[in-house]
Amino acid sequence: MNIFKIIDEITKFDRDAVDRLEHATRRSFMTKFSRNLTAAAVPAVFATVVNKAYAQSPQAVDVLNYALTLEYLEDEFYKMGNAASGLIPAKYQRVFAQIGKHEDQHVKFLKGALGTAAVAKPGFDFSANGAFSNPFGNFDTFVFLSHAFEDTGVRAYKGQAGALINDPALLEYALQIHSIEARHAAKARAILSEIRSNPAIKPWITLNEGSPAAVYAGDDNTVQGGVDIRGIAGKSDKAVTEAFDEPLTKDQVLAIGGLFIR
Amino acid sequence: MKKTINTPRPPRSSEESKALAMVNRRFFLRSAGIAATTGAFLLGACKGDDMMADPTVDLGSGDIGILNYAYALEQLEAAFYTQVIASPYAGMSAAEMSILTDIRDHEIIHREFFKAALGTSAIPGLEVNFSAINFNDRASVLGTAKVFEDTGVSAYNGAGQLIKDAGYLLLAGKIVSVEARHAAIIRDLLNPNSIDFAGDDIIDGNGLDLAKTPAMVLPAVAPFIKTMISGNNLPKKS
Repeated sequence: MNIFKIIDEITKFDRDAVDRLEHATRRSFMTKFSRNLTAAAVPAVFATVVNKAYAQSPQAVDVLNYALTLEYLEDEFYKMGNAASGLIPAKYQRVFAQIGKHEDQHVKFLKGALGTAAVAKPGFDFSANGAFSNPFGNFDTFVFLSHAFEDTGVRAYKGQAGALINDPALLEYALQIHSIEARHAAKARAILSEIRSNPAIKPWITLNEGSPAAVYAGDDNTVQGGVDIRGIAGKSDKAVTEAFDEPLTKDQVLAIGGLFIR
Repeated sequence: MKKTINTPRPPRSSEESKALAMVNRRFFLRSAGIAATTGAFLLGACKGDDMMADPTVDLGSGDIGILNYAYALEQLEAAFYTQVIASPYAGMSAAEMSILTDIRDHEIIHREFFKAALGTSAIPGLEVNFSAINFNDRASVLGTAKVFEDTGVSAYNGAGQLIKDAGYLLLAGKIVSVEARHAAIIRDLLNPNSIDFAGDDIIDGNGLDLAKTPAMVLPAVAPFIKTMISGNNLPKKS
C-alpha cells in the first residue's frame, strides 16, 4: 500500500487532511503504520486519522472523553456478556452481538477522534460492588443492566448536545451515536419486557418509570420549550412523557456510571 | 403555465447541488403529474386558467426553517399512523396495535408541539399522499413506517448542526431518540430478534446512524406529500 498516494487522493476531497495529519504528529501517524497492521485494519486506522471529527477544542475533548468513558463501560459489558457461556439464550444472541459490535465501534471511533487526548479505559465492576449479583450468569440481570446502560447513554449524549453546538462535525457524530444508543435501548427494553412478562416496560420511557431510579429521574418532565405541554392534543401524561427523552447532566451520569467503575 | 417553482440559490457543494436539482425537477414534474420520460410535461401542464399564485410552501430560513422542516415530517408521520390505527392491517396483533398506537400518539404530540411552538411562523397543514400504501397489508404499512422513522432519525441527525439556538437543538435531541426507538421497534417487528433493529443497512463501520441534509430528505418524502414544499432557504452545511 502506497501511503503517499492515498494521502494525495484524500487531499483531492479534503484539503484539510494533510494539515490534520501533521497535527496528529507525523511520528504518531507513522507509528500506526509501522506496527504490524493487517490490510483490513489499516483502512479503519486511516479513517480515524483523517476523521473530520478530530477533536481540537478543550471543551470538545472533555465531551468526547466523557462519551468515551461510557462507551468503554458498555463495550466491556457486552464483550463480557457476549462471551459468557450459557448467559444469552440463542434467540437473543444476534441482538446483543450487534449492540456489542456498535459499542466496540464507538470506542474506536472516539479514540480516533481524540488521538493522544483519549482517556484510558478504567476498570469495571458490573456487580456494582455487590449490588447486582451475577450480571454475567443471570440473563435477567444482564438485560436489566443493558437497558439501564443504554437509556443512560441516550440521556448522557443528549445532555452534551449543547456543549458541541460550536463544533458542527462533532455534534453530528454525537447525534449519530446517540440515536444508535436509542435503538439499542428500545430493543433491550423490549427484551426485558418479554422476559419479565411486563408490558408496562415499553421501548420508550413512560413518565419516570424504571429502575434504577437515577437512570429515569426527571424523564417525567412535561415542560418543553418553556411550555408545559400536559394535555396537548388530548394525550395522556404517559404519552406526553414518552414522546420526549430527557437529558441527564454529566454529574448525574457519572454518578450512575461511577457505581460500575473501580 | 406554471413557472418553475423552485429556483435554487447556488448550493455550496456539488452533492447538495445535485440533490436540490433533483428536488426541483421532481417537484415540478410531480406537480405536473407527468412522468419525466414522457417529455410532454410542458404542454400537459399548461391550462388556460393556470396563471395562479405559486402554491409551494416554503419552510423558511434559519432555526424557524428547521423547526418547520421538523414540523412537516411530524405532520407526515402523524397522518400516517393516524390512518394505520384507523384502518389496522389484516392480522394486527394486540401488541402491534399497542405499539403503533403509542407511536401515533407520540407523532401527534410532536406535531402539535411544533405547531404551537412555531405559532404564526408555522407552515400550514400539508396534504399527504398515501396512495402507494396498502393499509390493509402489514408489510406495506410496516415497510412505510420503517422508511418514515429512519428518515426522521436521519433528518434530525442531519439538521442538528444547522440549528443555532441551543434550546431548539435540545428539543430536536429530545425527539430524535424517540424516533430512533420507534425505528428500532418497527424494524424488529419486521424481522424479530435479528440485527435489523439497528441494522447494517443503515449503520456504518463507525457505529454511526444516518444523518442526512434537508436536500436529501425532502426528495425522499416528496412522494408522500401532495403539497409542494421548498427547503431552498433552509440553512446549509458550512
